[in-house]
Amino acid sequence: MVEVAWIIPALPLATFLLIVAVARSAPRLAHALAIAGVGAACLASVAVLAEVVGGAHVERIMAWFRIGQTVFTVGWVVDPLSAAMLVIVTTVSLAVHVYSVGYMHGDAGYARYFAFLNLFTVAMLGIVLAPTLLQLFVFWELVGLCSYLLIGHWYRKPEAAAAAKKAFLVTRLGDLGFLVGILMLWTATGTFVLAEIEAKVAQHALAPGFLTLAMLLLFCGAIGKSAQFPLHVWLPDAMEGPTPVSALIHAATMVAAGVYMVARLFPLFEGAPTALLVVAYVGIFTAFFAATMGLVAHDVKRVLAYSTISQLGYMMAGLGVGSLAAGMFHLFTHAYFKALLFLAAGSIIHGAATQDLREMGGLRRVMPITAITFAVGGLALAGVPPFSGFFSKDEILASALHAGQPVLFAVGLATAVMTAFYVSRARLLAFWGAPRWSASAAGSPGGSRDHAGHGGSADGHDAHAAGAPHDAHGHGAPHESPPVMTAVLVALGIPAALGGLLLGPASGNWFAHFLAPLEKPLPFDLGLAASGTAAALLGLGLAWLMYGARVISPEALAARLRPLYVACFRKWWVDELYGFIAARTLLGLARALAWFDLEVVDGVVNAVGAATRALGRGVRRLQSGQLPAYGLAIYAGVVVIAALVMLGPR
Amino acid sequence: MPLLSAIIFLPALAALVLALLPARDPRTFRNAAAAATGMTFLLSLWLFAQFDVNNPSLQFVERVPWVPAIGFAYLVGVDGLSLPFVVLTALLSFCAVLGSWRVTLRPKEYFVLLLILETGITGVFGAQDLALFFLFWEVELAPMFLLIGIWGGPRREYAAIKFVLYTLAGSAAMLVGILVLYFAGEPRTFAWSELVGRQIAFEVQLVVFVLIFFAFVVKLPGFPFHTWLPDAHVEAPTAVSVLLAGVLLKMGGYGIRRLLLPLVPEAMRFFAPALALLAVVNVLYGALLCLAQSDMKKLVAYSSISHMGYVLLGIAALTTVGLGGAVLQMVSHGFITGLLFLLVGVLYDHAHTRDVGRFGGLVHRTPALAVVTSLAALAALGLPGMSGFVAEYTVFVGSFATFPWHTAVSTVGVLLAAGYMLWMTERIFFGPLNPEWHDLDDAHRYELVPLWGLIGVILLVGLYPPVVTDVIDLGVGALTRWLGG
Repeated sequence: MVEVAWIIPALPLATFLLIVAVARSAPRLAHALAIAGVGAACLASVAVLAEVVGGAHVERIMAWFRIGQTVFTVGWVVDPLSAAMLVIVTTVSLAVHVYSVGYMHGDAGYARYFAFLNLFTVAMLGIVLAPTLLQLFVFWELVGLCSYLLIGHWYRKPEAAAAAKKAFLVTRLGDLGFLVGILMLWTATGTFVLAEIEAKVAQHALAPGFLTLAMLLLFCGAIGKSAQFPLHVWLPDAMEGPTPVSALIHAATMVAAGVYMVARLFPLFEGAPTALLVVAYVGIFTAFFAATMGLVAHDVKRVLAYSTISQLGYMMAGLGVGSLAAGMFHLFTHAYFKALLFLAAGSIIHGAATQDLREMGGLRRVMPITAITFAVGGLALAGVPPFSGFFSKDEILASALHAGQPVLFAVGLATAVMTAFYVSRARLLAFWGAPRWSASAAGSPGGSRDHAGHGGSADGHDAHAAGAPHDAHGHGAPHESPPVMTAVLVALGIPAALGGLLLGPASGNWFAHFLAPLEKPLPFDLGLAASGTAAALLGLGLAWLMYGARVISPEALAARLRPLYVACFRKWWVDELYGFIAARTLLGLARALAWFDLEVVDGVVNAVGAATRALGRGVRRLQSGQLPAYGLAIYAGVVVIAALVMLGPR
Repeated sequence: MPLLSAIIFLPALAALVLALLPARDPRTFRNAAAAATGMTFLLSLWLFAQFDVNNPSLQFVERVPWVPAIGFAYLVGVDGLSLPFVVLTALLSFCAVLGSWRVTLRPKEYFVLLLILETGITGVFGAQDLALFFLFWEVELAPMFLLIGIWGGPRREYAAIKFVLYTLAGSAAMLVGILVLYFAGEPRTFAWSELVGRQIAFEVQLVVFVLIFFAFVVKLPGFPFHTWLPDAHVEAPTAVSVLLAGVLLKMGGYGIRRLLLPLVPEAMRFFAPALALLAVVNVLYGALLCLAQSDMKKLVAYSSISHMGYVLLGIAALTTVGLGGAVLQMVSHGFITGLLFLLVGVLYDHAHTRDVGRFGGLVHRTPALAVVTSLAALAALGLPGMSGFVAEYTVFVGSFATFPWHTAVSTVGVLLAAGYMLWMTERIFFGPLNPEWHDLDDAHRYELVPLWGLIGVILLVGLYPPVVTDVIDLGVGALTRWLGG
């Protein structure tokens, strides 16, 4: 299987093409094909993983095209890192595909949606298997394209179209650094093949400063894709896409790409410790910063979006302090619990027709499976033992401490408190307390709903808009989602609950040994585990006091800490800053240049034209028609030429 | 059979036949023109298929002495550098005729001129004799002037005259430059292959470079000699815009690569840093101006200026990969910008405006057009899988070693391209439908044929670059010989 590992992206690619070719107006065929493609890729990935566990390791490089002596190389690499990632990506993607059958039922762009979901998976798998920087970049950009297409799925909504564009542009800003980093490494080594570059770095063939700069530039790409500060602004807006797409983006495809890239280039980063330290601090700052915004958001999807940014920061911090295993382990557990949380949020939106926490409450009675699975995901995110997130977060904190970075450790621990708080807050507001909806009027037209909202905002061309069963959802009482969705939630609940324990301590840290056999495992530290647990429980308790028992009034607290609250709520004005830069500075420059082009550059051209005409009028007078004057001119000309010939060189 | 001459002169011959046709029905002319350009395109494909990618020398050479006394001959042939442009010209000419389906004003004259234009452009790329090159270079001018001046928009006369004066000024300088080359050595000849490798004094090289480069930089166009381009595009009919941006601009880059690099290599080396700087200015200046446009045609025109900057950058680097990337970028930009101008033309034919700000939500009425435009925009912003990515990436790889700072700065153009292209598609097609367009028609089938055809080519080159790179590779292989290292 490892010898033909290229088949893993090829399978969903084939079904993507098939859907485009034959199933554009056949929804059932479209989702059947899409699920078959990803399902087959998933099985193949598991087979590949089994072989890699058995010791297989394959790297195949081939020419894509060549110019002169320069070969532009692509291929595939199957090693523990890519094999593990293949399984993570395909399983989460499969879950999202199956879930979407229920969630997207009756959508006007159903077949298109599934086709792009397939393509998204293909692009991510292309990154995972990439053995060369060129291929990494190619699929990296295609991931960007797919996120654009899926975030903008409901392109009739201006917000969706704007969010799609924002995601593409912000991540592409980071990609400029990525591109220049690739060019630097290519210039220094003459190859795109990672293994060959790693060999050169291992021989210290590159100047340390040069390598550090190159790695920092490459990291810019990861900052964009993994929504790290300061390029995190696209991710919260990306929830304009259908919720299952958010799940895919936040768990396995888009944002994981950045972390995976750092992991894939880890041997290079190890040659540039300064760059790695930057990775760590950018990561932990992002983790803390994003968590503050998650504390106050009203939209359940936004809370989860900020949590993703924050958790990605943890992963970067783990990698940055030198532990590939810790960073990737958190990527693994996070993939499942975040997919679960997003899909559970989608289930709320599907059933209750709102994503505003203020319009929910008491939903656990009407949607029990969603409530329980959300709780499982929430506990995993909060890092409560024995749920999966506890073990992976613990490993990152331990690595930070072990690497002699107490500041990182402390900030990480503080972030853990906030994490537990905001996810519990969301859970309590959604599922507990008195209902803040009435059975007949759920989903008021003014509410911010993405799921039912697209049905409402779509115009008469939507086949399902009028009288289709789907549209009825928006008007009925909140209810549990169909089995095709809840089954997926339950299935994801298992790894979210147990994944950390099973692949962590219970198996003697199998995951870490498999991925990074050379990394020295950290001994289990009871004090560390206790402090992590305490942080989680502190957050949970605080949330319970404020939103469960209502002992502390959140409103009063917000009023007392008003500046802080506003700063968090307004996302620390980063969006406004970018808006200023883009709208004022860049567009201002563009307008100034447009004026310059029209008035100065073209003005000179027109002035030259006018001057020539004026000169022509003047010269015309010389053509007087008087032969003596002509004769004189000819004579003078001959004299001048003769003089030049005689006096000239030679 | 003299295949190359057939490709060059078949359109002119067809133009002659058209001129003599007594018919009055516009359809007769456009069908005949479509047949002629289609036939030419097939012949060019045949040429492409027959071309030996293992033979780096000139192929399909035809030589007929013309004025032996001064060593002037009808000498044509193709190598790895010429061939892609011959095929590109044939393809875009065919697309241009298909994009002229709605022309009703004096159709006979219109199609006759379009066909003469094709002969002129193809001749430029096929000529291997400098005097012949110059001749074809001038042949292209007259039909272009008339096509803009008669079938153009409201300011057509201003635009046409501006175009002609600019080009003529360049041509005059180029003629002097060619004559200097001619007189610079023995035996006197215009034959390109004999001029290559001649030892010419450095000062003379500099003079020749400046003279000839002026003609090419106007054509390319390079800052600050570019202002004729937006005017010409805005006024020109669709088909003329397609050919203008698709192939005429390439005559500039092609000329630098064909004439200046091999014939005055030391001057080329001397001016390379200046060229690189000009390249960066072109890339950023063009891209920033795109952000300030609301006329679609102006936007695409300025984006051409930006994208031609990459061509200059690739050439200035004086590396094999850079040159290959520059040629690839010219070919790729020909497809992409041809596609974009065709699209603007279709939209204008349907809506009678090109003002981006007046549209909104058109996808509700024109889904097919929305899909094609989105694909074109993605190609223009350099998405992998499309030809533009391969070309720009190759240029960057080729130029980074020589000009790291220039290259790094010019990558910003890729981000700006994404900005203006996505803004344009979003503003026109997405969001709620502007009620003004509630009865707008989608593109007709005959309009979609050339659009999808070009997208097919863009994808083919983007996914399997060797189709073109194997040919281009031959054209850049001899670089080290000219540069002596």
